[in-house]
Amino acid sequence: MSQVRNRVCRLILQENFGSAVAKVGIFLLEKGPSPIRYILSECHDSSEEVKKILCVLIQHNMVTFEKNKKGFIEYTIDGESIMYRLRFIRYIYCAKTLYGDAAELLIEELLQRGKMLMSEVITSVTGRLNEALEASGKPAIQESLVKDKFTNLVKSHFVQRCPSPLLKENRVVGTETTENEEDLFKIPDIRKRKKSINEDMPAAKRHKSEEGSSTQEKADDDGIYWRVNCQRFHQLIRDQIIVEAINKKIDMRASEILRTIFRLSETRTAPMALSTNAVSAAEILHALPKELGVDRKLLDTYLSIITDDSTDFVMKVGDSGGGMFSVNMYKCMLQLTKAHIESVVQERFGSKSLRIFRLLLLKKHLEQKQIEDFAMISAKEAKELLYMMFSQNFVSITEISKTADHAPSRTYYIFTVDIHQVARMVLERCYKAIFNAMLKRIAELTEHRRLLEKQERCDAIIASLVQGGAEDEQKEEIEQTITPPERELIKRVKRTVQMLDQSEIQIEEAIFVLETFLFYKRLNTAQK
Amino acid sequence: MAGRGRGRGRSVSFNVEALGFGRGEALPGPIQQPPPLFPTVEFHPIPLGQGDEYDYMLALKQEFRVMMRKSPYSVTTNEKRKDIVRYSDKYRWQQGNVETVEEWTPDYSILPAELKPKKVRRTKRSVKPNIPVKKRKVEDKDITKTLEELEKKEETSKEDVEGEDDDEEDAEKKGEDGEEEIEEEDFEEEEAEEVRFELSLEHVENVFLVKNIL
Repeated sequence: MSQVRNRVCRLILQENFGSAVAKVGIFLLEKGPSPIRYILSECHDSSEEVKKILCVLIQHNMVTFEKNKKGFIEYTIDGESIMYRLRFIRYIYCAKTLYGDAAELLIEELLQRGKMLMSEVITSVTGRLNEALEASGKPAIQESLVKDKFTNLVKSHFVQRCPSPLLKENRVVGTETTENEEDLFKIPDIRKRKKSINEDMPAAKRHKSEEGSSTQEKADDDGIYWRVNCQRFHQLIRDQIIVEAINKKIDMRASEILRTIFRLSETRTAPMALSTNAVSAAEILHALPKELGVDRKLLDTYLSIITDDSTDFVMKVGDSGGGMFSVNMYKCMLQLTKAHIESVVQERFGSKSLRIFRLLLLKKHLEQKQIEDFAMISAKEAKELLYMMFSQNFVSITEISKTADHAPSRTYYIFTVDIHQVARMVLERCYKAIFNAMLKRIAELTEHRRLLEKQERCDAIIASLVQGGAEDEQKEEIEQTITPPERELIKRVKRTVQMLDQSEIQIEEAIFVLETFLFYKRLNTAQK
Repeated sequence: MAGRGRGRGRSVSFNVEALGFGRGEALPGPIQQPPPLFPTVEFHPIPLGQGDEYDYMLALKQEFRVMMRKSPYSVTTNEKRKDIVRYSDKYRWQQGNVETVEEWTPDYSILPAELKPKKVRRTKRSVKPNIPVKKRKVEDKDITKTLEELEKKEETSKEDVEGEDDDEEDAEKKGEDGEEEIEEEDFEEEEAEEVRFELSLEHVENVFLVKNIL
């Protein structure tokens, strides 16, 4: 939990939920699990507000609660889930490309609300789809279609159940943490029963239920909440990135083959395993899409190219079934991270520095003299570039002394690149970059808020005039309330904000690669 | 370290070349101020990645942000307590009402009990049980009919009601014969009991409106 990351989390909470929620969130991030009294004493908000804020955070799967040994309920916030909010649009886009518009809307609803009942989400998405369809003149669709899409999403594990609450003497004290994998994805049997308003219900309840709709529908799945399974989406995005990389390096067919390997091993491997289970060449041949026109011989050639490639993505682990192949995730992410870092070095220091950097990656440990020789760069320049990179911590030094007194003249100074260290450093820089981008965007918007509001109001007036069928003269008059220099300013502000938004999306991609790499590195060292 | 060797002048024990600069070369000047806050970059950053998917994701992002802001989850605290009534308040409240259309009540079956908002119970309730009841029975007979009419009117406008069970129970009980004790609101404490009944539903509606604004 670095400082910069905490700051990013705070901005994210502030943008999405408001400053009050951000205050409580950042407090929980800094202090760790705390009971409600502690939060109240530090945050100085009213008790009602803090309770509501905690409800909101729990609803959005960021805060969990459990009873500690002393008997209070402690609330813990998960920083990762706050950072995942940056990736939400990525998830929505993936769902759209894989499963279509209905799935896109389903995921969007679930992400916006945190957790929902299955029936609720299906009804609201059907409503939205039908609105859009009717507006464009097409026929409305049935709810069963949307329900099918939802079932598909659950079957492919993109949507999962929320853990059910632990009850102790009828009071909720925590959530079940020992649920089976299969239980998380069981679809309940929902049938809507229309209940007429019950006269026997106590007056208060009747009044409350009347607030909703006129006819009451009680779904069978009351109490079973669903939410988006972020890990599964991460897996998907990771696979997509690797396939893209192979596509750029070798060929489209090679990328299709790799995609097939991933599809086959999806159902067999644990989601975040270090390497996928082995898949035989015969299976791949069977599962490949027919349009590619890849026969046995061609497949074998491609597989040998992919395995022999320097990127080391796919390994041949056996010979049965025509060859068993498995993808090593750690190596894939290592290569991708190296590529990212290399491009950072190139953009910051120049291509000659990149040459030195690549040399160090290849040869691991080199002295300054050797670097000059291998890189074929003049001594003075090489020294300058090397020390520039060293000052920014991309390159590190190990000292090996010949004598016991460590005199500088009798010590070898060896330069090396430690990818893990550098990856962590670049990740911190990414966090800082995304923080700066968000801050600048918010600053731009607040600075020109009056002007932007004025323009919005003008647009609203013009729209209402057009609807009411007004003349062009009136429209022109309203348009002229915004002077040309103001228009220029508005255009410029909008362009800046768009650019900053776009850069946030792309920095987020880099963060994803680096974070996944560090995750696999930890897994790798743990396994060893 | 310089000059440890006996007898010689300024000489050092290691090969000076290895430091990176020879004797007599100009060293960089002394640093007199902290480095600039925005140092000039040698290499201009390359343009952002372009593509259809990025444009789509940008549009998605902006929509999502607007949705989150409008949702009932964004808790905006009313920091400025009204000290004086301002003319602009009328327009601010109007705008506020238009934007937040939906309300959200969390499902308390999955939340710990301490997060439920507590009902306000006044201890005064137990202080004078007898006297008010008698008084009210006398007045009920006069205005029971008007109360029934108002009750019907109130039933139709119940969608505007937000707030705790107190208000709802309040309204119901007032709408009915009101023989039981009413849970007192903050506003009603000062008023005399006869006056309270005459105002009855008008006042209740005022209370609801004020609660709406807050």
